[in-house]
Amino acid sequence: MTAPLLEVDDLRTRFLTPRGPMVAVDGVSLTLAAGETLGIVGESGSGKSVLGRTIMGLITNGPTTTVTGAVRVDGADIHQLTPQGRRALWGTKIAMVFQDPMTSLNPTKRVGTHLSESLRFHRGLSRGAARTRAVELLKLVGIPEPERRAGQYPHELSGGMRQRVVIAMALACDPKLLIADEPTTALDVTVQKQILDLLQSLAERLQMATILISHDLGTVSGRTDRVAVMYAGRVVESGETRDVFAQPRHPYSGALIESIPRLDAASHSLLPAIVGQPPNMLNPPSGCRFAPRCAFAQDRCRTETPALVDDVACHFPLTQALEVHA
Amino acid sequence: MSETALLPAAPEAPAVPAARGRSARVLVLSIAGLVASVAMILLSASPDYFVTTLRLVVAAAGVALMVVSGSALGRQLFGPAFDLSFWFSVAWLLLLGLAVTFAPWLPFGEHLDVANSLDQPINASPDPFSANPLGTNLFGLDLLARSVYGARSSLVIAVTAVVIGTVIGGAIGMVAGYFQKSVDRVVGIFTNSLLAVPPLILLIALATVLEPRIRNIAFALSLLTIPGMVRLARATTMLYAPREFVVAARALGATRVRILFRELLPNVLLPIVSLAIVMISILIVAEASLSFLGLGIEPPEPTWGNMIAEGEGTVFEDHPHIVLVPGTFLFLTVFAFNLVGEKARRRWDPRSVKL
Ligand SMILES: Nc1ncnc2c1ncn2[C@@H]1O[C@H](COP(=O)(O)OP(=O)(O)OP(=O)(O)O)[C@@H](O)[C@H]1O
Ligand code: SF4
Ligand SMILES: [Mg+2]
Repeated sequence: MTAPLLEVDDLRTRFLTPRGPMVAVDGVSLTLAAGETLGIVGESGSGKSVLGRTIMGLITNGPTTTVTGAVRVDGADIHQLTPQGRRALWGTKIAMVFQDPMTSLNPTKRVGTHLSESLRFHRGLSRGAARTRAVELLKLVGIPEPERRAGQYPHELSGGMRQRVVIAMALACDPKLLIADEPTTALDVTVQKQILDLLQSLAERLQMATILISHDLGTVSGRTDRVAVMYAGRVVESGETRDVFAQPRHPYSGALIESIPRLDAASHSLLPAIVGQPPNMLNPPSGCRFAPRCAFAQDRCRTETPALVDDVACHFPLTQALEVHA
Repeated sequence: MSETALLPAAPEAPAVPAARGRSARVLVLSIAGLVASVAMILLSASPDYFVTTLRLVVAAAGVALMVVSGSALGRQLFGPAFDLSFWFSVAWLLLLGLAVTFAPWLPFGEHLDVANSLDQPINASPDPFSANPLGTNLFGLDLLARSVYGARSSLVIAVTAVVIGTVIGGAIGMVAGYFQKSVDRVVGIFTNSLLAVPPLILLIALATVLEPRIRNIAFALSLLTIPGMVRLARATTMLYAPREFVVAARALGATRVRILFRELLPNVLLPIVSLAIVMISILIVAEASLSFLGLGIEPPEPTWGNMIAEGEGTVFEDHPHIVLVPGTFLFLTVFAFNLVGEKARRRWDPRSVKL
């Protein structure tokens, strides 16, 4: 097997906040082969965005930030590169789609300019060639009348249309890895599916590896090869998306799956919600961080941190736990 | 005339039909009103026809008629949102700009050289139908010509000072707002110390060491505009810098210089330009005050300030037009810049920018 496109090795991102140090990403390891798709799922505040931005290299070591571990893209460690080296990768090897299309476009720039600028910068295209390519890209992401749209300003476009432009921007220089951080959270439900389908088909067509970040397992199912479930800065379970769905082993994954609304359920049946609050990341619980909310927690859970063994970080993975409690 | 065109909407029926068809009657009446108002103002300005009190009444009536028929005409032609004072301001600034640009080729009386005005009446009152439509001063120099040439120095000084202040202040403010930290602290100390010096004292101090030439006065006045520009540019930059489009540009490989120029500058520009327009009006007044105090451009070279200063002593009582003519120019211009700047600011207020 060839070396993976992306290798994340024991990545930790620590912020110095006014209220004390906070480890937002706590020892995450991932690999992703070329063309593969990975979903990252977890509650709000579990560190998904910080993980995405640290992988991207947008969050690096600084006065209030410490990053340890390694992120290797095609063998090059993003966090060991110079700022120039990182800039050369951004857009061409690894690109990002942000959550809110309302704010990720510059209100004073035309749609076409958003696209042609990075083409001219990275690819050295002429003004005319960049314009032609920009229109092609708009067509690629399914924007009707691309020539006319290229001359418009972001506020003249609908939310879904804008997110398509943001995706086109990310794709402009053929990245090998695309990180999409909740690309549909800010959109209408009907538009969400279109955008996700678009991302999926583009990833297949362009043979692009994708990391799809979402707080909703339903978004990720059926669209990703593998999934990693995050809780309080750590990956608590990972595996083939199909397997995790069919047979979740971590109690948190199980609870997440049970809380997905189902079409076949009675329309008024209550969704089983996960009880309790997400942990305070400034002062996380000792032992298993899910223990205060876990239905299967035992004394051992509160003192001993479960390691990620066989892709699950739990002392009593579900099948086994069910036997114990049965 | 359809009454609703002139009457304010009754409170119980606030929705005046917005899109009324053009009524030919209103059109004709308002144009006639405009013509009549111009005639009334011209007549009242001429000493030959009425006694002083009546002249004032006719002039006031003329202005009122002009406002009423002007807005009626504007609403007819450009829809109910027509803003007369804004377009009046734009028209005044355009007219003044044209007069200033083409002054040497316009049939004005003598504005500078007393030797050429020996045959002219002195302290002549305004008479629109004479060779000196706005009258003459103590030396027989033509007040219309002097007001236009005075506008030249006033506008050149004010605009130059604002441009210098905007470029320098805007650049400093953007850099401070973008890089923050120690850069921002240094800039903060710089702007606060500039603000701590009372502007008039700063100007008088500079005026005593610098020769009163257009360039020097513009430089001195630009110091007044810098702190305000720094603050606005800094605040606007800080508003936009954390927006996702800046991160997105970075994530596509844009350098910091590129982000400053291509992402932030266009967003900072609009509010800055609006403030700059308002500042022009402030600097026109500041320049006039300096000239009035004898610290600016020296007579006989005209500026509005030193023209107003010619009314010192009993001159104003005997010949009010010596002060009123340049005073009106000053007032109208300041008013116009303020109004246009305010309108621009409301339109481009960073807080109300729609995304
Ligand atoms: N620059 C920063 N400095 C300090 N703390 C930060 C910073 N960025 C994020 N955090 C904190 O890190 C934690 C994880 O945030 P993150 O944005 O990754 O959550 P998330 O999983 O993406 O949640 P959401 O679903 O709401 O987007 C949060 O507690 C957040 O407050
Ligand atoms: S380790 Fe214990 S507390 Fe944590 S998830 Fe597993 S069973 Fe629950
Ligand atoms: Mg997030």
